[in-house]
Amino acid sequence: MGIFDYFRQPRQKSASVAKERLQIIVARERAARSGPDYLPAMQQELLQVIRKYVQVDDEAVQMNVDREGDCEVLELNITLPDDKD
Amino acid sequence: MARIVVITSGKGGVGKTTTSAAIATGLALRGHRTAVIDFDVGLRNLDLIMGCERRVVYDFVNVINGDANLKQALIRDKRVDNLYILPASQTRDKDALTQDGVERVLNELSEDFDFIVCDSPAGIERGALMAAYFADEAIVVTNPEVSSVRDSDRILGILASKTRKVEQGGEPIEGKLLLTRYSAERAERGEMLSIEDVGEILAIELLGVIPESQAVLNASNAGQPVVLDEESDAGQAYQDAVDRFLGEERPLRFVDVPKKGFFGRLFKG
Ligand SMILES: Nc1ncnc2c1ncn2[C@@H]1O[C@H](COP(=O)(O)OP(=O)(O)OP(=O)(O)O)[C@@H](O)[C@H]1O
Ligand SMILES: [Mg+2]
Repeated sequence: MGIFDYFRQPRQKSASVAKERLQIIVARERAARSGPDYLPAMQQELLQVIRKYVQVDDEAVQMNVDREGDCEVLELNITLPDDKD
Repeated sequence: MARIVVITSGKGGVGKTTTSAAIATGLALRGHRTAVIDFDVGLRNLDLIMGCERRVVYDFVNVINGDANLKQALIRDKRVDNLYILPASQTRDKDALTQDGVERVLNELSEDFDFIVCDSPAGIERGALMAAYFADEAIVVTNPEVSSVRDSDRILGILASKTRKVEQGGEPIEGKLLLTRYSAERAERGEMLSIEDVGEILAIELLGVIPESQAVLNASNAGQPVVLDEESDAGQAYQDAVDRFLGEERPLRFVDVPKKGFFGRLFKG
C-alpha cells in the first residue's frame, strides 16, 4: 500500500452495485414492454404449476421475448433450488 | 415548419426545466426563432427560471380555450432576440391540455418558429404524454442515480411507441441522453454511476454531460438561463450540448477530475 493510499478512505463501489441492479431491472422492464400482454399472467400461472412440484421463489421464472428476423422466440428460464435434499 | 423538441425524464426534479431554459436560450442565441412551452400544468416554473414571471398575463390553457390568442400569451425575452416563452396554466384541471388544443397551438407556432422546446412535467401522466406526443426529437434528462436511469428507460419506451410520428407509421423518436448533475469526483470514486455506466444501460446517443454546479442555483436565483453565464461550467456544458444538438462535434468537457498537486493529494485525497 502506497503512502497516498493510506490516506484514502476504503473504496465502496456502490456505483457498480447500482449498475448491476439497473441492468437487470431495465432488461426485465424492456422485455415486459415489448412482449405480448399475456406474458405476466402466463408467468404467474407457470410459477403455480412449477410450485406443485418444487418450491421456488418469485424470481425463479424469467421470460424473455426475442426477435430473430421475422420470428419471435419466447425464452423461458426456470431456476431450480440449489439443495437437492 | 418548426422542429418540436421535448425535454423529458420521467423522474421529477432532475433538471428538465433548467435544461429547457438553457437549450431554448442557446438555440435563440444562435439565431433560431425559438419558443419554449411549459407543459407543467398547475406547477408553472419555467417563467421563474426564465425570469419573466411578472410578465405572465395569459397562459397555454388560455390559448387552447380561446380566451387569448398566441400573440397575447407569448412572452418575448428581453435579453435574447428570437426567444419566446409560453407559460403553463396554474389551473388544477389536469385535463386542460387536450390533444386537439395542444396540436392547434403547436401548428400555429410551427408557422413562425424554427424550434419549439416543450418542457415536460415529471411522471407519465397526461401532461408528460402531451409534451412528448407531437415531438420530432427528444432530450432525455437523466441524473446518474438508479431511479432516474430507470425512469428514463421507461420514457424511452413511451417515445418509441406513443407519439404522433409512430402512430402515423413514422420512425420512433430515439431520444438523446443529457446526463445532468454529474460529479466526476464521485464517479471516479465509484460512488456515482459514470457516464459510461449510464450510456451502457440506456444505449442512446449522448447529447451532453452537465456537471453538478453552483452556477445552476445562481442562475435560477437570478432568473437567468444558465447558458447566459458564459464563465460557468454548467453554462458552457449546455452551450456544447446545443452545438451538438445542431449537429456540430464538440468534445466533452468538465467530465474529468482536476489533477491535484502533491499537497492537494495529501490533504484531500
Ligand atoms: N447541473 C445542476 N447542478 C446543480 N443543481 C442543478 C443542476 N440541474 C438542476 N439543478 C437543480 O435541481 C433542481 C431541479 O431542477 P429543475 O426544476 O430544472 O428540474 P425539473 O426536472 O424541471 O423538475 P420537475 O420534475 O419538478 O419539473 C433545481 O433546484 C435546480 O437548481
Ligand atoms: Mg420542471
